[in-house]
Amino acid sequence: MTSSVSSATITLEVLRYRPGRDQAPAFQSFQVPYREDWVVLDALNYIKDQIDGSLSYRWSCRMGVCGSCGMMVNGTPRLSCAAFLKEYYPATVRVEPLEHFPIERDLVISLDDFMQKLPAVRPWIVRQDDRPLDAGEYRQTPAELDWYKQFSMCINCLLCYSACPVYELEPRFIGPAALALVARYNLDSRDQGREQRQEIAAGPDGVWDCTLVGECSTVCPKDVDPAGAIQRLKLSSALEWVKNVVLPWGRR
Amino acid sequence: MSPYYRPVRFDWWRKRRAYTLFVVRELTSVFIAGYAIVLLLLLRRLAEGREAYEAYLQWLATPGMMAFHIVALAAAVFHSLTWFSLAPRAMAVRIGERRLQPRTILWANYAAWAVVSAIAAWMVLRA
Amino acid sequence: MKTGRSSEPIWWLLFAVGGTVAAFLVPVHIAVGGIAGPAGWIPQAFAYDRMVGLISHPLSRLYLFALISLSLFHWAHRFRYTLAEGLRLKASWLPIPIACYGSAIVGTILAAAVLMRL
Repeated sequence: MTSSVSSATITLEVLRYRPGRDQAPAFQSFQVPYREDWVVLDALNYIKDQIDGSLSYRWSCRMGVCGSCGMMVNGTPRLSCAAFLKEYYPATVRVEPLEHFPIERDLVISLDDFMQKLPAVRPWIVRQDDRPLDAGEYRQTPAELDWYKQFSMCINCLLCYSACPVYELEPRFIGPAALALVARYNLDSRDQGREQRQEIAAGPDGVWDCTLVGECSTVCPKDVDPAGAIQRLKLSSALEWVKNVVLPWGRR
Repeated sequence: MSPYYRPVRFDWWRKRRAYTLFVVRELTSVFIAGYAIVLLLLLRRLAEGREAYEAYLQWLATPGMMAFHIVALAAAVFHSLTWFSLAPRAMAVRIGERRLQPRTILWANYAAWAVVSAIAAWMVLRA
Repeated sequence: MKTGRSSEPIWWLLFAVGGTVAAFLVPVHIAVGGIAGPAGWIPQAFAYDRMVGLISHPLSRLYLFALISLSLFHWAHRFRYTLAEGLRLKASWLPIPIACYGSAIVGTILAAAVLMRL
């Protein structure tokens, strides 16, 4: 394998932060071999194995499924396993931890905020009338599946939060991925939990914070379209409000 | 050991082209409101009588107001284009079992825009 | 905590309807009434008597009222968030929505007053 590759190299500027030692993060440059089939994650693995074993970052599957290797690559939130070096070569590649999150160490961010928000939106099928197990599964037609399927592809990689200027300014904002999950379950024909989620989704930190910048959908590696999900939640919440207020005899 | 919080940037809208375009899109509303006020004043002058109305028309023909309207037109068209491209994402229209393609909604919007504009122009221009 | 945002659906709906109305109608209005008319390309269309005749119809007045008012509410909503984002303030911090939506409400009242006088 080594004999056939050229000696070309590419420079990676990696933001380093060692808590307790560094006052603030600073960039460190690394020269790594350039391979056409390498992604940024391969280059980071090369650094860790060959140059500096103390470099910290999260990764697992290397195939865009686990959602753990999100980073800022030249200022854009990307999965580092899907960002090929050849997209940037011969220019320098700048790698930073995902923006809008606290940095734990080097490229590792703190997930605490999202981990609190995620269960708050109840991203599971909620039933008012739980059927006994022997009544069988809740069945669904392909058309009913299609209605929410796009919103179910989320891998919680948090690129959307890094692309969202509203989340930067208002960290209490529930945010794109969690609100897309609200849409995903609300639109599921088997689910009956819309009203429970509504308190969070249409609450003070919910969909009304969103100004539809739309970058969450642009950076999403799974084409979930959280921005679209949030607009649909706004529309349905607003129409529900009209039903309740303008036509009070309708639902109460 | 505490995590490091990066400072919030004041010029966040310059960080990415899409952010800048977003701010431009939001600020088109200033021109739309500006035109609404011009229209409101036109109606007021109209109510005040022929002289006030004709003086107002002359004021609208000054280079400054012409420049305002040309910029406002560009802003309004930008608003329309961005609005129509975003609208299909808020509305998921289902016909029977099939979901209407966002592209179909987009083109239906453009067609409706052309028809509505033609009707509005005709209402004013027919003599 | 929740009460402060309970009016959000009204403002958003006014914004959404206003944005749609503006998207369909404002470009043609500016092109015809703001550029072609004052430039003198279509002098007979903007003659005083003709304008008065056109606006005397109640439907024309209702149309203009809706156009002005909804365009203003559309602006108010967007400007409120742009202001908050630009100045690092919270969009729910009361002075901002009061100033923005208040301006739109004042504009709406003025439009109603003018159109009723015509």
